[in-house]
Amino acid sequence: MPEALNLADDRRPERRAQARALLDRLERESPFPGAPRVGITGAPGSGKSTLLDALVRRLRAKGETVAIVAVDPSSRTTGGALLGDRIRVRSAASDPGVFVRSMAARERLGGISDAARAGVAILAPVFDHVFVETVGVGQSESEVTSIVDTLVFVASPGAGDVLQFIKAGLIELPDVFAVNKADLGEVAAQTAHELAGALDLGAREPGAWRPPVLLVSARDGTGVDALLEAIRAHGAQQIASSRLRARRRAGLEDAVLAQLSLRYGSHGLAQLGGAEGVRTRLRRSDGTTSIALVEAIGAEIESALRRTR
Amino acid sequence: MSPSDPARRDRPWVFRTYSGHSSARASNELYRQNLSKGQTGLSVAFDLPTQTGVDSDHPLARGEVGKVGVPICHVDDMQALFSGIPLDRMNTSMTINATAAWLLALYVAVAERTGADPHALEGTTQNDIIKEYLSRGTYIFPPGPSMRLISDMIAYSVDVMPRWNPINICSYHLQEAGATPEQEIAYAMANALAVLDTVRARSDVPEDAIPRVVGRISFFVNAGIRFVEETCKVRAMTGLWDELTRDRYGVGDAKLRRFRYGVQVNSLGLTEAQPENNLIRIVLEALGVTLSKDARCRALQLPAWNEALGLPRPWDQQWSLRIQQILAYETDLLEYEDLFVGSRVVEARTRELADAAREELARVLAMGGAVAAVENAYMKRQLVASHTERIRAIESGEQKVIGVNAFTESEPSPLLAGSQSVLVVDESAERAQIESLRAFRSRRNAADVTAALRGLDEALASGANVMPPSIRAAHAGVTTGEWSDVLRKRFGEYRAPTGIAVRGETRGPEAVSVRERVHRISDQLGRPLKLLVGKPGLDGHSNGAEQIAVAARDVGMEVVYEGIRLTPAQIAHSARDEGVHVVGLSILSGSHGVLVLDVLEQLRASGCADVPVVVGGIIPEDDARKLRSAGVRRVYTPKDFDLTRIMGEIVDVVAEARAVAA
Repeated sequence: MPEALNLADDRRPERRAQARALLDRLERESPFPGAPRVGITGAPGSGKSTLLDALVRRLRAKGETVAIVAVDPSSRTTGGALLGDRIRVRSAASDPGVFVRSMAARERLGGISDAARAGVAILAPVFDHVFVETVGVGQSESEVTSIVDTLVFVASPGAGDVLQFIKAGLIELPDVFAVNKADLGEVAAQTAHELAGALDLGAREPGAWRPPVLLVSARDGTGVDALLEAIRAHGAQQIASSRLRARRRAGLEDAVLAQLSLRYGSHGLAQLGGAEGVRTRLRRSDGTTSIALVEAIGAEIESALRRTR
Repeated sequence: MSPSDPARRDRPWVFRTYSGHSSARASNELYRQNLSKGQTGLSVAFDLPTQTGVDSDHPLARGEVGKVGVPICHVDDMQALFSGIPLDRMNTSMTINATAAWLLALYVAVAERTGADPHALEGTTQNDIIKEYLSRGTYIFPPGPSMRLISDMIAYSVDVMPRWNPINICSYHLQEAGATPEQEIAYAMANALAVLDTVRARSDVPEDAIPRVVGRISFFVNAGIRFVEETCKVRAMTGLWDELTRDRYGVGDAKLRRFRYGVQVNSLGLTEAQPENNLIRIVLEALGVTLSKDARCRALQLPAWNEALGLPRPWDQQWSLRIQQILAYETDLLEYEDLFVGSRVVEARTRELADAAREELARVLAMGGAVAAVENAYMKRQLVASHTERIRAIESGEQKVIGVNAFTESEPSPLLAGSQSVLVVDESAERAQIESLRAFRSRRNAADVTAALRGLDEALASGANVMPPSIRAAHAGVTTGEWSDVLRKRFGEYRAPTGIAVRGETRGPEAVSVRERVHRISDQLGRPLKLLVGKPGLDGHSNGAEQIAVAARDVGMEVVYEGIRLTPAQIAHSARDEGVHVVGLSILSGSHGVLVLDVLEQLRASGCADVPVVVGGIIPEDDARKLRSAGVRRVYTPKDFDLTRIMGEIVDVVAEARAVAA
């Protein structure tokens, strides 16, 4: 598995071809729905790593295996990154039932989705649960939401990050809200109240999932079981309502679009009517893997580009 | 009247030497030697297993027993440590934190056994957990329960042991972690307020005893080479403490508001290159905390000139003790009133430091105080940033270190002739300690032990003071590991934020060229060069590892750093799962022999035999040679201050291992 992840990360042309073949096979052969894929996001200091540690402990106590993809930002000037600092899963390295891989976001190469998506695809067939942990800085929430089935936003009470989050218009992305540090009492309840209030403002189609706002404490264990249950319930509801298939498909389309745009730029995409045109084109071609889609649509763009020359 | 009056010489401070190694018996011998040479107090160094609450035969203790201090597993060890030293006439300082309540319980039990009155016990338990989270790393429990233990010890000792300092708030380690003088003052004060606020909030002591509690709070301060500024620093602390204790706790008696502190002069600044220069540094640093009578230290311990090379010998420690004696008995220092009253320059700098510290203190208090500022990593991030800046200044030559980055030419030193210029702990000490521990376990009464542990657990659950059942447990023959395990079960274990998420620094032209090499080799490897920084063993001094991690990030590497106290197996598994190209280990406890070999072995077992390993630490040349022949690619010691050069060599190491060009 570590080798497969190394391969998926490798930029040398001959290894890229091997990696594409591997990912292509995984997309085709992995059973649906497979392991639940859960994103954990929140501002620095919100305690999401400690909370994730608590979740992992519960799952391990039940004998279930867990893989974690932890994404940290890269420096834009040096390309360097500090990874793993947030991971407080103490038992991880000596427990074969827990696998942790940290990744740098490498902003200059188009965000977290590529590396993290490959990581999820490789780990999901092997572990019972896959978590993707990212630092919430606006952009990453919308990216991570396209590679997970359930997105959990971890809020810390009274830190102001909740207000910023609401202001940034990101409130419709998470499926579950966990207000951490419930042991702080009143201030945590107040933050939960603000979040619930903001959620009520948004219009929602009938029968749609209502994101719960849970009070949790990684410190004393409050609400950890309830959070696991909310994640499970969201996954089950998505499967029952056939939304999961659509969500995974939408995530796949996002990835294809990102790769095409990286390869051909906006001028290339414009040949098929811009991002919207490509999306429409994608919606018509179901059943193929992302790599096949990138190749097929890429070929169309290239031939269009040749014609205009 | 003349300002100098030989007849009214001030009483000297307490002379100590921080020491302890191998076994209780060997350390006792050293203490008695030191006392016979005119030392007036003891300063006990415990080994890392004792500090982190595991017995000498625990797997994590492997290689660490008796290394950085004395192993104390039970009451018989403690009694052997003080054999022939009457406790009611000694002033003992114990550098112990997470397990402070337990070691104090053992000390009280030995006093009771030997007929010494606890009321007469004089000394200090360091017992400052906040600086452990920030710098020193020998914490076990989360902040809440740790603060409760401290509060219990204060509540207990204020009546039963009124001459004991139950806590020594440490600014010492903050300076080692990078603190500027302003940060050192502010965070030490924030820490002290957190302790006093906890005591007050828990109502462990009646409100009218709070002034007496305030009077028992002492400090442990660092004295660096900028000794004029250090003089101003301790004067600023004296003023600020007086002000805070009066305003916040309403302490009316000026004597109880007195800023009382002990000192260890800066060990981190001692150099491995031209180590004889360290003696001069130590003298100057001692001046910073003794010159000003109004802010003079109460106790002083001086490191040995050769500490950066390894464990000092008795002669090296004697040389440091003589510095104190010459200063106190031979010079005229103690004949004068305060030298700086009315000095415009000193007063102005003092005021400047106090003002800046007051501002930073207000910032921390606004966050909810020192505990909150540990948990949200604010203080740690500030310290790592200051430390990064200090290292940058040394690397660039802006901050001169004689013999290191300036005037590096030197005649061969006769002091370093022969391999015996440091003390080597006998490798058989660990085995002997384990055997004696097992013999002790087999001769105690099992029912007494079980009952004592149950009593301890009940106190933990009910919130009753932890000291009385701990003293009973000491008498019953409970061990350090057993006592700590009961607390671990109740409180859980904690892992403090590392604070390395600081903003990137540009490091000058050399760094830019190393960064280009990192990018080139990354292209060859197919993905960015990935480095695992690991701290195996119990040593919690993470500042060096953190600086390596930050420097590696700044030259474009992807760095996995998972903090302190990892087993070799955990490091090897991380290296494999994370897919790193190279592993860097940092060990300052002197246990590199065993631990590094274990990591190499575990890497082979995990299928990572081809991942090269580099090691940094206080590693004598003989050991370095052994490590290199065991397969370690590079060994770094404190004389390798140029982090950028080390980064370049890490690129070389990976290039060699992968047979690619860089």
